Amino acid sequence: MDKNKVSIHDVVSEKDSEKREQKYNKYVKDVTPTHNYVLNTLKAFFVGGIICTIGQGFTNLYMQMGLDKETAGLYQIITLVLLSVVLTGLNIYSKLAKFGGAGTVVPITGFANSVAAAAIEFKTEGQVFGIGCKIFTICGPVILYGIFSSWVLGLVYYFLKMAGIV
Amino acid sequence: MDYVKAFFVGGLICAAVQIFMDNTKLMPGRIMVILVCLGAVLGALGIYEPLIDWAGAGASVPLSGFGNTLYKGIKEAIDKDGFIGVFKGGFTASAVGISTALIFSYIASWVFKSKMQ
Repeated sequence: MDKNKVSIHDVVSEKDSEKREQKYNKYVKDVTPTHNYVLNTLKAFFVGGIICTIGQGFTNLYMQMGLDKETAGLYQIITLVLLSVVLTGLNIYSKLAKFGGAGTVVPITGFANSVAAAAIEFKTEGQVFGIGCKIFTICGPVILYGIFSSWVLGLVYYFLKMAGIV
Repeated sequence: MDYVKAFFVGGLICAAVQIFMDNTKLMPGRIMVILVCLGAVLGALGIYEPLIDWAGAGASVPLSGFGNTLYKGIKEAIDKDGFIGVFKGGFTASAVGISTALIFSYIASWVFKSKMQ
């Protein structure tokens, strides 16, 4: 038998109360399910990497079709968002998210997923106060703080530019 | 080669965020906000754009790329229009991403039923 493992039987049969406490703590620690950090990280790496690679594939495709780099990048975003919304509607993205963790949250598809999932989930609460309000539940803060932080940074850039520093 | 770069850089950003998430238990919404703000700051420091030039979609697809786009849009608008650009460039640059997410999601709400229950 594994010497380091403590069974509940050991805990109960231990007479010395101090030792029993120690054993009990060890037992609780043993049976508490722990996140497998390494595995989670690897999954996030692969899922996130694959989503970015698919994005790169679309950018390359659109550039081959004769678009410039910037426009191709924008169509790539449109494509990824569309794919993410459809996968969200089909309830596939949530399954992917369970597996890929941050790998599905970090890419732009995670942003699109948060918008689409809210729109679909809250449509029973009405067009305005259901979909209209709730569609911004997660993307609203992202837009607010994104716009605000870049506005602050933009102000800094403007004044540095006026001062002739940049 | 650009596929390998996109895969590794995109994967590394996601892996780093996964480690951060596992250690802080922050919800995805907060993670997205942090990433966008971080992207804007890295963009302003001139670090993010070279990364996009090197890694392509590996750096532009993660939400930090979205933050960088916001800052870049504001900077370009300032260079073009002066002070009004501070208020103009952010939404201009992010228009495609935000519009498509909202429009497609709204259409999706007609088509799909909630499977949450």
